[in-house]
Amino acid sequence: MTGAPDRPAARLSRVTRRFGKAAVPALDQVSLQIRAGRMTGLVGPDGAGKTTMIRLLAGLLDPDEGEVEVLGSPAVSADRSRIGYMPQRFGLYEDLTVIENLRLYARLRGLAAESRQQRFDRLLDFTDLRRFQSRLAGNLSGGMKQKLGLACALVETPDLLLLDEPGVGVDPLSRRELWGMVQQLLTDGIAVLWSTAYLDEAAQCDEVFLLNEGRLIYGGPPQDLTREAEGATYRLAAQGLARRQLLSRLADREEVRDATIQGAALRLLMAPGAPPPSGALAVPPRFEDAFVARMGGGPGGRSALAESYPEVPDTGAPAIEAEGLTRRFGSFTAASDIRFTVPRGEIFGLLGPNGAGKSTTFKMLCGLLHPSAGRGRVAGHDLGHARAAARQSLGYMAQKFSLYGDLSVRQNLSFFAGVYGLAGAGRRRAMERMTEIFHLGPYLKQNAGGLPLGVRQRLSLACAVMHEPPVLFLDEPTSGVDPIVRREFWTHINGLVQRGVTVLVTTHFMEEAEYCDRILVIYRAEQIALGSPDQLKAEAAGTGGLSDPTLEDAFVALIEARETAVGRAGAAA
Amino acid sequence: MRFARFPALLIKEFRQILRDPSALLIAFVLPIILLFLFGYAISFDIRQVKIGVALQDDGAPAQSLATAYRTSRWFEVTQAHELAELEPDLIAGHLRGIVVIPADFSARLEAGDREVTIQVITDGAQPNTASFVANYVEGVRATWARAWAEDHGQVRPAVLSFVPRFWFNAELTSRDFLVPGAIAVVMAMIGTLLTALVVAREWERGTMEALLATPVGMAELLASKVLPYFLLGLGSMAMCTTLAVTLFDVPFRGSALGLGALSMAFLMPALGQGLWISAITKNQFVASQLALVLGFLPSMMLSGFVFEIASMPAPVRAVTYIVPARYLVPSLQTVFVVGDIWPMFWRAIGVLLLFGLGFFLLAIRATKRRVA
Repeated sequence: MTGAPDRPAARLSRVTRRFGKAAVPALDQVSLQIRAGRMTGLVGPDGAGKTTMIRLLAGLLDPDEGEVEVLGSPAVSADRSRIGYMPQRFGLYEDLTVIENLRLYARLRGLAAESRQQRFDRLLDFTDLRRFQSRLAGNLSGGMKQKLGLACALVETPDLLLLDEPGVGVDPLSRRELWGMVQQLLTDGIAVLWSTAYLDEAAQCDEVFLLNEGRLIYGGPPQDLTREAEGATYRLAAQGLARRQLLSRLADREEVRDATIQGAALRLLMAPGAPPPSGALAVPPRFEDAFVARMGGGPGGRSALAESYPEVPDTGAPAIEAEGLTRRFGSFTAASDIRFTVPRGEIFGLLGPNGAGKSTTFKMLCGLLHPSAGRGRVAGHDLGHARAAARQSLGYMAQKFSLYGDLSVRQNLSFFAGVYGLAGAGRRRAMERMTEIFHLGPYLKQNAGGLPLGVRQRLSLACAVMHEPPVLFLDEPTSGVDPIVRREFWTHINGLVQRGVTVLVTTHFMEEAEYCDRILVIYRAEQIALGSPDQLKAEAAGTGGLSDPTLEDAFVALIEARETAVGRAGAAA
Repeated sequence: MRFARFPALLIKEFRQILRDPSALLIAFVLPIILLFLFGYAISFDIRQVKIGVALQDDGAPAQSLATAYRTSRWFEVTQAHELAELEPDLIAGHLRGIVVIPADFSARLEAGDREVTIQVITDGAQPNTASFVANYVEGVRATWARAWAEDHGQVRPAVLSFVPRFWFNAELTSRDFLVPGAIAVVMAMIGTLLTALVVAREWERGTMEALLATPVGMAELLASKVLPYFLLGLGSMAMCTTLAVTLFDVPFRGSALGLGALSMAFLMPALGQGLWISAITKNQFVASQLALVLGFLPSMMLSGFVFEIASMPAPVRAVTYIVPARYLVPSLQTVFVVGDIWPMFWRAIGVLLLFGLGFFLLAIRATKRRVA
């Protein structure tokens, strides 16, 4: 399909691109080649230049220096009908139906009318959207939107497919399907550039480009990078809550470059040649280990926030209780009979595919949504009649929406302090403390909207914990941020939990789910599994016949098992 | 294959209009509201002003004058014997003026006194109404005085008489020129606001980025935004005209051709301005604010529709020359109440098309095929 096999589908030679007066260019002297028939991964921390690079390739930006060549001509004048591009925000028309979106992009890309129907049939089967073809795109779930976005980029088989973080905000199930779909395309000989924050995806690519601060710091097969961490990765079993203290201690050691929690155990990345702690077992390295090493290692284990946080007194009562929470919207049940109890000082995770009812459950426990039936309690306060008291005792943080983009950092802090009833000297002290703990000093006068994602992340957390609540609610708190920022974030959460804070978290990142003491899996409004990460893995190993499954494998297996069970029940009825 | 793109964009745009209630609301409901506002609620005519008449004299001439006030079509009279009885109502704003017919009125008149006076008290807090009351009170008095003189054989034949005739709007009904003016404002609103919102919406929702990565040309893209709203604007204009003629009894003395030519010409600067606003803001909220400030308000205040341009201070008057609606309003009023005056229309159409060209050039310059 693309001329000579040795000719790259796209090529960047010494490309530099700056935005405004920024001191660091978004891309700095980057040279690379993207080849046909291969899955090329693009990874790097936030603000590394991934989106800039994809936009340059799509001809939506001009380089300041260097050349961007796509399909044999400069990117800005390349034949756009041969390029498929899926921007981070899909580019779907929400007020058009699935099939109308497809038709629009088919005609815009100049697909011949005769071949259209055949193509649509294939794409609708491929994406499993046939049942939904007359539904408005705005009413699709996140995963389905991603698939439709991909279908729109594929209406005419392109020679180069550019995907900008197609997995953000998508559950593992949909993500696997998306990956499978794109893999199929490679056999047609097209070139695919897949930008991602999920390092397990990057590890599966044929070739990976690693960007940091606008510079290309690695290019080649992911296995070669992974090999850099060989002999330095270990698993250290720890029991119960002790693993958090252990993590804090170990992460601070000079010779430990990275430490994360994995269920009941710790995963360690040691400095080259450093001996592992006693009792640690050598495990094969992962791409993420090498990535973190290249980024200079993970953060330390100390959390200044936790150190200054007041110990949450142990009253013996559970911190969060859900007693048969049910919510119906008309004839549709969004959450059905959800029950669980979270004791003080535990991290409790809510997992489930997009649209399963996680957010509904979450909102009922925050007091943002009235349950149709059942009761919820937070820190002993009933959400039915002591809602204000319940809200005062919880801190809420979401990756999106929670900050005011056009207020400065100082104004955001001041606003949230005020919302939670801090005034006068108390407010000033809290703001000073947060500024110091989260290193916000240099940013105080900047608007929150223009901050780097990592800083925004810290500010979000600062605003949520300023009033020192005993319970913390985190809604996809690290969606779209890079592994280093995610580790920093969890260092704080780990520290807080040791002071007796209770955390409820929803996430699509399985690394994040590994930090949980227990996880509740919700599927189609019902709870289908409850247990520690290791218990869920064991359960999946039993039912799915997997050996040593990851938490993601376990999650997928649990949902598939449920699906077949429901399917059988449906067939029997 | 190239030909498939433009229709595809058009179909998409029409679908969005039909599914988005706000577009139809702006195009068809808002004009109705505005028309009703200008057609019924706001009027520069004054009828049936409430005044008091303090009739302190029981004589026949005084009674006759009071009756003249009572039967006048301009006034709704509350009659009393003493001024003091009416004063509180004037202060409370229930009455707009008081006519005092003094106790010696009849006696002095019958004695042939040439200096007989009555007193008018008006509410200076509302100067327009106050001067209206003063003038009309005097008018009624003068008419009555002439009739009384004739009846009593004191006729002095008029040497000179002044008979005003108002052409085209003989009744001086303000609705007849307000409603066509309102139509101009409605068109400015639809043209500018709708287009300003739709392009900004594509930027906000990220669909612009996806569109730009397809082979679509910028000219096609802009044209696909203009054509649907051009038709929507004409539809809205037809609806407004029908309403004006049937419901508000505004005369329509010109031709559909004249009206059509004027509206098409006016939609050019309106749509062009909308596109330009959209291209520079890329944000629906800012775009709507700018559309109000640059499109709606000048059309309302500076087009001569509400405030007469000739009576504006010179600097403001200078500003009106760059408001496209200024050129439309007089022609539109003419096509309704006078008829087709083509020399006037051609000039207006020419100026409007020039403005349109200017705005489109600005819009094209501001729309780039880049996302930064």
